[in-house]
Amino acid sequence: MKINSPLEAYKFLPGTNCGECGETSCMAFASHLIDRSLKATDCTPLVSEEKYKKKYDELEALLAPEIREVVIGVGEKAVSIGGDDVLHRHKLTFFNKTAFAYDVWDTMDEKDLVERVNKIQDFKKFYVGDFLTLDMIAVRSVSDDPAKFAAAVKKVMETTEFPMVLCSFNPEVLKAGLEVAAEKRPLLYAANKDNWQDVAALAQEYNVPVTVFAPNDLDMLKSLAKTFSENGIEDVVLDPGTFPTGKGLRTTFQNFLKIRRAGINGDRDIAFPIMAVPLTAWMAHDDDVSASYWETVVASVFTIKYGDIMILHSIEPYAQLPQVHIRDTIYTDPRKPVTVDPGVYEVGSPTADSPLLVTANFALTYYTVESDLSSNGIDCYLTAIDTDGIGVEAAVAGGQLTAAKIKKGLEDAGFDMKEKLNNNVIVLPGLGARLQGDVEDETGAAVMIGPTDSGRLPGWMEQNWPPKK
Amino acid sequence: MSNKMKLSGLTDILKDLDVESLEGVTIEGDIELDISGGGGLNPAMAYALGHEAAQISLHVANIARMLGYPVDQLFAASMGGLPQVPVAGQSRIQELIPAKLDVAKMSEWATPIQEVTLGATSADGGSRKNTITLGGENALPYYFDAEMPHRNYVTMDVFDMPIGMAKSVKGNYEDVINDPAEWAKKVVRDFNADMVTIHLISTDPLINDTPAREAAKVVEDVLQAVDVPIVIGGSGNPKKDPEVLEKAAEAAEGERVLLASASLNLDYERVAKAATDHGHAVLSWTQLEINAQKELNRKLMKQCGVPRDSIVMDPTTAALGYGLDYAYTNMERIRLAGLMGDEELTFPMSSGTTNAWGARESWMKESPLNQDSDWGPREYRGPIWEIVTGLTLSLAGNDMFMMMHPTSVQVLKEITQTLYGSIEADEIDITNWVGAEV
Ligand code: B12
Ligand code: SF4
Repeated sequence: MKINSPLEAYKFLPGTNCGECGETSCMAFASHLIDRSLKATDCTPLVSEEKYKKKYDELEALLAPEIREVVIGVGEKAVSIGGDDVLHRHKLTFFNKTAFAYDVWDTMDEKDLVERVNKIQDFKKFYVGDFLTLDMIAVRSVSDDPAKFAAAVKKVMETTEFPMVLCSFNPEVLKAGLEVAAEKRPLLYAANKDNWQDVAALAQEYNVPVTVFAPNDLDMLKSLAKTFSENGIEDVVLDPGTFPTGKGLRTTFQNFLKIRRAGINGDRDIAFPIMAVPLTAWMAHDDDVSASYWETVVASVFTIKYGDIMILHSIEPYAQLPQVHIRDTIYTDPRKPVTVDPGVYEVGSPTADSPLLVTANFALTYYTVESDLSSNGIDCYLTAIDTDGIGVEAAVAGGQLTAAKIKKGLEDAGFDMKEKLNNNVIVLPGLGARLQGDVEDETGAAVMIGPTDSGRLPGWMEQNWPPKK
Repeated sequence: MSNKMKLSGLTDILKDLDVESLEGVTIEGDIELDISGGGGLNPAMAYALGHEAAQISLHVANIARMLGYPVDQLFAASMGGLPQVPVAGQSRIQELIPAKLDVAKMSEWATPIQEVTLGATSADGGSRKNTITLGGENALPYYFDAEMPHRNYVTMDVFDMPIGMAKSVKGNYEDVINDPAEWAKKVVRDFNADMVTIHLISTDPLINDTPAREAAKVVEDVLQAVDVPIVIGGSGNPKKDPEVLEKAAEAAEGERVLLASASLNLDYERVAKAATDHGHAVLSWTQLEINAQKELNRKLMKQCGVPRDSIVMDPTTAALGYGLDYAYTNMERIRLAGLMGDEELTFPMSSGTTNAWGARESWMKESPLNQDSDWGPREYRGPIWEIVTGLTLSLAGNDMFMMMHPTSVQVLKEITQTLYGSIEADEIDITNWVGAEV
């Protein structure tokens, strides 16, 4: 982004404060442009009225992210990569989480290939109210035979909507893949110093994004990227090579840093998304566990530092779980707390004799508590109080979890304790013990103090529920 | 003999040349493929036909060559000398635009991180075999802006009583769980620990309320058992810890240990004094809050007179999936602020990486949720949880890791030292990784 204050963006807006964007003023809208929570296209007058055309175009150019955004695939499963504006997530946030492509290869037999693709597309891990999943399939030409490659690509397309990376250094093989899959907008992998003319021609002819590959040669990498973009191929992905061990890995790490720093600092010729290939860890390790571990470690390094897309091999859960979590860690927007809607939720099938538990609306807290309850078959009402997305312990310290908030939370949810419960009891988290007296006064209910960790609720319930009169 | 030949005649010759699979395709007139068979042409079909057509042209070329036609010159001319088939109709890009990637170093990283040395050898009145120096960085870790002067170090946890542990951790310590000295020996001898942390948790009034004096004996035992620098931790009880750490500091006089911890919610002055009186360093522990970290460091320096070379920070480690996003960014901001000259934050950092074992993904047998994909064996899941938690913080600038699982220690050391640059390995040729049989 070439501008960084709302005032600078404001100059390009209509200035009528018409409110069509849902903001109260053009200035408010401008500040959302700067924090990238709204887009210029959200200002209807600006995009639709002819007289603003010039300003709109200028504004779009100024707002374009430093790192080019590249879309791979089509439809619902399409993935966007790149699009970043900062080197450190606290400065804004990182956009477009690293896309994880898992490989299949054209010498696999068909049944294995389909099974593997299904495993990849079916992977899911529940986390704060949603599922973490994987994104893409990379089809590798091991046979170097165009017909075999095309057949593998076709089989993948029949099995999944996941976007693909077509991997070969042989232009004829790539062409065979494209003839089958071009309309799905796969990513071509890769143009190198030997084949670049042919691969560039393919990218042009089929209008697909393309990777340039120059292992540990940043000048060549830039040269390829510049040549491509100046010839109209703008959807470029950079692969500086992922050397999996020793000094090679250290150099790879530094190459990633150099590319991204140059890009963010305004070198347009290298401001493209970066690809890492942790799969190369398998070229360095023989046994599956060591290879999976090392691949996960390499993948984590490049998820944290600037990898926008990566090609992986291990589909062991102990490799995939940390990978999807570290990606979520790095790409969570540090500006907004992750929250659940405040309200009273039913866990299991609560009755009038079930407990009413209080917790915070911080998503991590809520889902931790909720899963502790539901996985242990505890039927209850769980109230998520609006703590501005702060967890119980910090919210008690910071004043977002108070007796008044708890009372209001129950009222807003329309939860009448007298009508719904036989027991008139509220169970507070152990870490909210100091609110006990206040909550009793505010609500007129009896208050019980639960354990400090919701993981211990099952044991606590056994001892303390139903409450003794 | 005439060297002219009608193409239609070729079809007949081809019949004799074992290309009968080319059904529905006839070659007519001036090299024109006529594809009959009705319906649209799907891509796979087109591909197959293309393949057949290429086969035919090879045969045609061979025949033409037999008949004396200058096939090779013709091909060479049409392909610009390259043995490849031209792949696209559009005009090809002719030349590579030369380029050079220039990247400036970070000029604002002008303040070095303070060096802190732990342990004392006989030369300095101690009995450690070696000392360990943390800090000294002039850039984010492993960056090209400036070499990192010291590698990362791992100090392994030892407890003064049996504690609850994840199953895959416990398996490694069952034989030593009742003997802190043996436990310390084991982590140094078998698990390659750079340092040992002895946690005096039995001193907690809510646990065994072991008197401070007795706890100090355990410290002596550990110092006897191993010759690496050590860290001494209390129980985390804010009332009891100052006293426990005082006695421990006295017992470890001369060995320059790291006392863990001073924090804002206990009498940090007493802990600081115990460190300065006996020549130790102190761990300044705050919880995920950069301003609290500044405040505590300031108090330790100004109010308690702790020298700058005796402060290490622990800004709190939250496990992968349990707040690591805060912990990572908190550390990264602290390190960046230090490098940019905030004198209250220019200290090396330590991470309680063991916290990773608090995340249920590391220890639970299987997912409590049946919609989840299989979590796989926890024996492999736990250590990698600890590794990724530590690795993430190493990239934020963390210098020292408090850890528990031997595999985690081994892999974390391997990756941090690889990035640091001290691991040699055969270079792997990745130029054709696509075709690798993995
Ligand atoms: C992450 C964190 C933050 C984040 C909070 C992010 C967020 N969205 O919540 C940030 C950085 C913003 C933060 C800020 C502050 N924090 Co803070 N923070 C933490 C930290 C490291 C982890 C908290 C956490 O997320 N835990 C995980 C969640 C899931 O825990 P939880 O919500 O409490 O839920 C658990 C239990 O309460 C229980 N539970 C929950 N619901 C229920 C319901 C029932 C019925 C039962 C029985 C149990 C139960 O089970 C859950 C799972 O174990 C803790 C230290 C620690 N404990 O490790 C400090 C900590 C909570 N923070 C603390 C403080 C003081 C603050 C600040 C006031 C600091 C400051 N001076 O500005 C601010 C306040 C901010 C505000 N409220 O506006 C103190 C609180 C001290 C106290 N007990 O009074 C702590 C303990 C650190 C410390 N020792 O100083 N903090
Ligand atoms: S829609 Fe456009 S003109 Fe209207 S208030 Fe929003 S920014 Fe201003």
